[in-house]
Amino acid sequence: MSSFLAFSPDELTAIRLSLRVAVVAMLCSLPVGIAIALLLARGRFWGKSLLNAVVHLPLVMPPVVTGYILLLLFGRRGPLGEFFAATLGIVFAFRWTGAALACAVMGFPLLVRSIRLSLDAVDRRLEAAAGTLGANRFWVFATITLPLILPGVIAGMILSFARAFGEFGATITFVSNIPGETQTLPTAIYTFTQVPGGDLGALRLTLVSVAISMIALFASEGLLERVARRVLGL
Amino acid sequence: MLSVAVRHRLGDFRLYAEFESGCGLTALFGRSGAGKTSLINAIAGLIRPDQGHIAVDGTVLTDTAAGIFVPARRRRVGYVFQEGRLFPHLTVRQNLLYGRWFAPRAARASGIEAVIDLLGIGHLLARRPANLSGGEKQRVAIGRALLAAPRLLVMDEPLAALDEARKSEILPYIERLRDETGIPIVYVSHAVAEVARLATTLVVLSEGRVAAIGPPAAVMGRIDLFPLTGRQEAGAILQTRVAGHDQIFGLTILRAAAGELRVPRLDAPVGTELRVRIRARDVMIAMQPPQDLSALNILPGIVAEIGAAEGPIVEMRLDCAGEALIARLTRRSIEGLGLTPGRPVYAVIKSVAFDHHAFAGAARAPASADADTRDA
Repeated sequence: MSSFLAFSPDELTAIRLSLRVAVVAMLCSLPVGIAIALLLARGRFWGKSLLNAVVHLPLVMPPVVTGYILLLLFGRRGPLGEFFAATLGIVFAFRWTGAALACAVMGFPLLVRSIRLSLDAVDRRLEAAAGTLGANRFWVFATITLPLILPGVIAGMILSFARAFGEFGATITFVSNIPGETQTLPTAIYTFTQVPGGDLGALRLTLVSVAISMIALFASEGLLERVARRVLGL
Repeated sequence: MLSVAVRHRLGDFRLYAEFESGCGLTALFGRSGAGKTSLINAIAGLIRPDQGHIAVDGTVLTDTAAGIFVPARRRRVGYVFQEGRLFPHLTVRQNLLYGRWFAPRAARASGIEAVIDLLGIGHLLARRPANLSGGEKQRVAIGRALLAAPRLLVMDEPLAALDEARKSEILPYIERLRDETGIPIVYVSHAVAEVARLATTLVVLSEGRVAAIGPPAAVMGRIDLFPLTGRQEAGAILQTRVAGHDQIFGLTILRAAAGELRVPRLDAPVGTELRVRIRARDVMIAMQPPQDLSALNILPGIVAEIGAAEGPIVEMRLDCAGEALIARLTRRSIEGLGLTPGRPVYAVIKSVAFDHHAFAGAARAPASADADTRDA
């Protein structure tokens, strides 16, 4: 039993990397997700349905296709890849940052959808009431809208994290499967299943994956309940 | 001092209203769809009128000709909504203090404690809106608007969603607001009883236009307005003063210019000023001073005006020592008695007609049922 739980350094690296990639993907996409959800829920502009379609594309396209498009755009020679490398010094190709980007893109539609739904449910008359009390648009959003959509934001974060944690196709296509750099739990499990005698390793990592997912789910459920109660004022 | 002149189109509906009113409470009265809410939304800056000029105490809030439109958040017009619109995620205290944050520093002086006392909400501060009754919610909503240091308070049917008991719980607070804070109030309502009790100035709106404006007693005494104000609840308002109490029979004696009224006992000390609404359908007419009659209130008067006879029912205005009293009779009675303007008559009102509608929930003894046996 003890030998079963003795993780190899490569396996531990894959677990740590997976957590890091999923958390970074979730946190970095959150502000963008809120902004896009606001645009889609409240904005009236030309090309809104196009934006909506683009945001939802990763949900309907094969992940491999998404990964390949990311490779074309954010690869070393890609237009956006060159731009980020030149201005911010961030390189995505074959780095863990690329894995995080792939995971963020794949989880983005779920995040935006969840936030947008809760935005649609906000009673806009409350925002008008805050306006008559002297609050400008920023303060109305910060003190009324944001607290009211918090359950939706949290639910979106959970979905985004879960999607990121399980992402396989786009990641392996975009940044490959480099141990210690881009090898996350799913790609590590995949690798184990491809080599003779890798069954035990695959099973170990599968159990770890299940455990982390369960913990995330329970923790967020508890948080969600508390926040929802607060928002409803009970 | 509030001056409003607004032209606005909303689909097929045209709002074309113009009025000026002073301090105290200005009631916008009319049926639903008359344009009352649109008008206060224009005052509060929630609607940008097609054309218009709105000013409070000399400060221009809207002037389409000059291209002025002060946004709602900078108008300092406190808005009490029909449904309260308290923020569900904040406590009562946080709700109350919300507008204070954004109010100009100099205007923040109005004491929190004073407002909390005025509205009697001190015991609710730690609660959340979900745990408040309808009446409590509206009191907190009023407090929240007041603490934002408004130069004008607008109230959109704040009692419409409440039952009779809750209404009479809040009405005294609105009266205190009107009399103690000095903030002008625009109060939207389609309930005659509320308007009769609260209004300093009454504006009757009909199909987006101002049909009448003036002190409530004068406007309510106009029988030509009944199609707009509602026939069923039509009636005159008398300004009275409590003259004494009849301990033995549990009655209160009210003195008006028109004469004395005996009503079921009220919990009001002698000298209290009281507005009494006498519904037209509760008034009978006699040509001679009636004798051996159960009704306790007989007021002499002169027929001043007889309304247009379109159906079997006709309204008639009496002049009782300068005060208007409205009676509602059948056309048959009018012709049978030979009633014409100038005829001296006697108006007969049963004491039991003075139920809570007459005082719109003003302080009164709970035991009005036993008055029936004596008076009927």
